[in-house]
Formats: sequence, structure tokens, C-alpha cells
Amino acid sequence: MIPNSVAIVGAAETTELGKIPELSQIGLHADAALNAIADAGLTVRDIDGVATAGHNSTEVAHYLGIVPKWADGTSVGGCSFMVHVRHAVAAIEAGLCETVLITHGESGRNRVGVLGRPVFPSQFDAQFEAPYGVSIPPSRFTIPVMRKMKDDGLTEEQLAMVAVVQREWAAFHPRASFRDPITVDDVLNSKMICWPFRKLMCCLVTDGGGALVLTSAARAKDLRQKPVYIRGAGESAETPVVSQMKDFTSSAAFRMSGKLAFESAGLKHSEVDHLMIYDAFAHLPVYGLEDLGFVGKGEGGAFIAEGNTRPGGKLPLNTNGGGLSYMHSGMYGMYALQESVRQMRGTSPAQVEGARVSVCHGVGGMFAASGTVVMTNDPG
Amino acid sequence: MSTTDRVVPTPTPETRHYWDGAQAGELRLQRCNACGDAYFPPRPFCPECGSRDVKVETASGRGTLYSYIINHLGAPGMKPPFAVAVVALEEGPRMMANILECEQTPEALVLDMPLEVTFEKITDAITLPQFKPAGAPK
Repeated sequence: MIPNSVAIVGAAETTELGKIPELSQIGLHADAALNAIADAGLTVRDIDGVATAGHNSTEVAHYLGIVPKWADGTSVGGCSFMVHVRHAVAAIEAGLCETVLITHGESGRNRVGVLGRPVFPSQFDAQFEAPYGVSIPPSRFTIPVMRKMKDDGLTEEQLAMVAVVQREWAAFHPRASFRDPITVDDVLNSKMICWPFRKLMCCLVTDGGGALVLTSAARAKDLRQKPVYIRGAGESAETPVVSQMKDFTSSAAFRMSGKLAFESAGLKHSEVDHLMIYDAFAHLPVYGLEDLGFVGKGEGGAFIAEGNTRPGGKLPLNTNGGGLSYMHSGMYGMYALQESVRQMRGTSPAQVEGARVSVCHGVGGMFAASGTVVMTNDPG
Repeated sequence: MSTTDRVVPTPTPETRHYWDGAQAGELRLQRCNACGDAYFPPRPFCPECGSRDVKVETASGRGTLYSYIINHLGAPGMKPPFAVAVVALEEGPRMMANILECEQTPEALVLDMPLEVTFEKITDAITLPQFKPAGAPK
């Protein structure tokens, strides 16, 4: 990809966020899509590419009345939207379409009109994990962490600090689900879910959606919003079953996706002003910081605990409060992208002054897949 | 016929040898004749080198506790608290298991402790390979 060839020109979340019993899942996709298209100053008629996950792209395109020239139904979990951004850049550069809409909608809390999770016998999960009583994400995603604690010195207190710091960021956001300050003791004394994970180390379960509109940088100049350029991007995948992750202290998918993103962007880590790392659980920012190369192996927990990522710290991380405090519908990646866009536009309630480069990193499944987007407001 | 609320595996042609082995009280792995690696979960080719020249062998049944969580929420057919562990097998591959015949506490479940395979019949047709502390009485 060519750095800055494509820009995000429209971005929005659903009108409401949190508890939305009056909309089904497809309704959340559409609400977010219409908001993002309006944000761009465009109409549905201007959209000729559609990408989505959760629902298939045909259904979303039809629901919105779009006959697309390009459609992408890549559905690899919560990072699907980072991956869609990368694919959309390729499609626009190749001339397959001009203006891409990426949608997310998920009735995570009220479960209105949702898809069931498909399980079929030939999946490794159904034969080699589910029979042992792993079911919901807190019982799966957390399994590697005891190994990381022993091998890399990650502590329960450091994991608790991830939640504490992100709550500090959430306090800036009127739309965040949880905004009241918490302490390490609050986190460690909250309900035990799956040892060593307490409730406050686990993401929320909420309803919501979000959408992005992307077009060529040349066309973006004539549109109403300050363009947010895609400077680089990466994606990867490792394993659908967490037990087969090669190294429990580091994600191969994170490392590959991050490497591709930085290489394509042609940027150094020191040039990054703002960072989002998908935090379904408190250990993910630790793995992300290390696997993307912002800190050395085994240094992520201490880096957060020492305050480097909190308001006023040198590397603002998860400035919306993340999946732990802002919202988490199930496929949270879209909300991380929305906060990166706000930061690059200069409109976040937790604005990092003068931020020019934002890295937005997502995970899909339980360390199964990954997508990373590097954004900038500097056309270069 | 399932006699449990637990998720019961449905063997596929590629995994049948593994489940037949468990039924017979053997933990079966596959090994690549080309590169020599033992691997898991089962498939009719080597995930390291792609060779189809592979064989089925019986594992030693010895391993160590690689990582785990203790589930306090429960799951279908499982009473909390129960540990879900990943066991590092002596032959190299890792697999998921519950740790039987052991207190389900962080004090009793110590990383890298030696484990040995045991078998838990969950239906007439399916027996699950499981693990217990090495040397625990039958």
C-alpha cells in the first residue's frame, strides 16, 4: 500500500451506546452507517464498496439500499474492522471502488436479532477445547496469562493497573459506560471470574455499533471533514484455539500485523503519539505493547503500572477507556478505530494535544487474528 | 446418546484414531516421518512441513502444567470452581485438559508440576484424555 493514499472521511458510532433494546443487530449496523455517511457529508448513493463482519456484507449492503462494486465479508473477530481498512485501501488503490463503508453493529447485551456462534464438529474447538469446559471468552482468552506471569514476571497488581488507568481515561468520555475512579484494591477485590481474572479485568457487554467511510486522499480534500490518512496497515492470524498458540507470552499474529503496519507506514515507534490496543481483558494491552515493539519483552506490565500510558503519560493508550470501561459489544475493534479517528481530528473528549500519528491495534478471537492500522492527520 | 450436559466431541475421519485411542486408554499423537516432529491436534499431514507421510503413535502420557485458569462461573456439565489447563506433553505438543484428582486452587496447581494422563469416560462413545498430578493414586 502507498502511505496516505486513502483517508477516513466519515466516522461515527451508533446514536446511542450501551443498552439499545429497540434496535436489532442489523439496525445497529444501519444506524452507525447512516451517521458515518452523514458525518462525511455524503449520501448512501455515494457508497460503492461495503465491508462488514458479524453480518454478511450482502445483507448490510441490501439493507442500506447499496449495490456495491466491491464487498468484503472478512469476519475474523473484533479486529475485522482494522482488516477491512487495510483491504479497503487496497481496493481503492486498485480502482475497484471509490468510496467504502465499513460497518459494525452488535446487540451484545440485549441480544436482539443476533447470529448464534457457529460450532461444527470439524472445528478444533468443538473436539479439543469445548469439552474441557471452556466456553465464554473469560474462560479462554485468559488461559495463557499464568504462563506469562511466571516467565515474564507479569503481576496481578500490574493487570489491575491496566483497568485503573483505563478508567482514568474513560472519565473524560460522556458516552463511556463506567467513569468513576477505581483502585488496584477495587479490581483485585472484585468478583473472581476465572482465576487470576477478576470482573474489573474483563470487558463490558454492551450494545452498539460504529462505521467508517474511506475514499482516496485526492477526493478527501473536497469533503467536509479533516481527512485522517491511512499511513500503514497490517493483518495476520495464528490459531483458532488458544491452547495451540505457539508462545503463551507473545502473539505471533500481533507481531506479524504490527511489523507489517510499521513497515508500510515507514514510521518509527517514537513517532507515535497515540495508541489503541484492543482490550477485551486486562492482559491484552500488555501483550500489545510488547508485540508491537513499543517496549521490550516482559516490560509491558511495568510500563503501564508506572503510569506511562495514563493521562499525562508519554504514550497515551486506550484513551476512550477501552473495552474495560468505554464499551464492548463483542467485536470492539470498531470503537478503538473511532477513538483513533477522533484523536486525529482533534475532537476526542480526552484529546492528546498535537497528536499527529495514532496506531490502532486489534485482536480477533482469542489471540486468533490481528489487524493494525496506522493513521495520521499529516498528509506528508 | 449423550449422558452429560458437557460439550461432547464428534470425531471426524481425520480425528477418529485419536478418539478410538482414548476409548482404548491410549493418548495418541501423530508424528511426521519427514521432519520427525510430533504434533497435535490430529490432521493427516504435518503442520510444520506439510508432508503427508505421517504416523500415529502412543504418547508417553507424561507432561507438565503449562498454564491454566480456574473457572468460577461454571460451564455446561461442569461445576465450578474447576481448572482448565494446557499441558505440555513430553513429546512437544500441548493440549487442553482438566486436572483431575487435585484441589482446584492456585496453591495446588503449580506451574510446571509433573502430570500424567488419565481417562474420563463422558458418554458410551467418548472418553476424554485428562491429566492428574504424576504419582496420584488411581
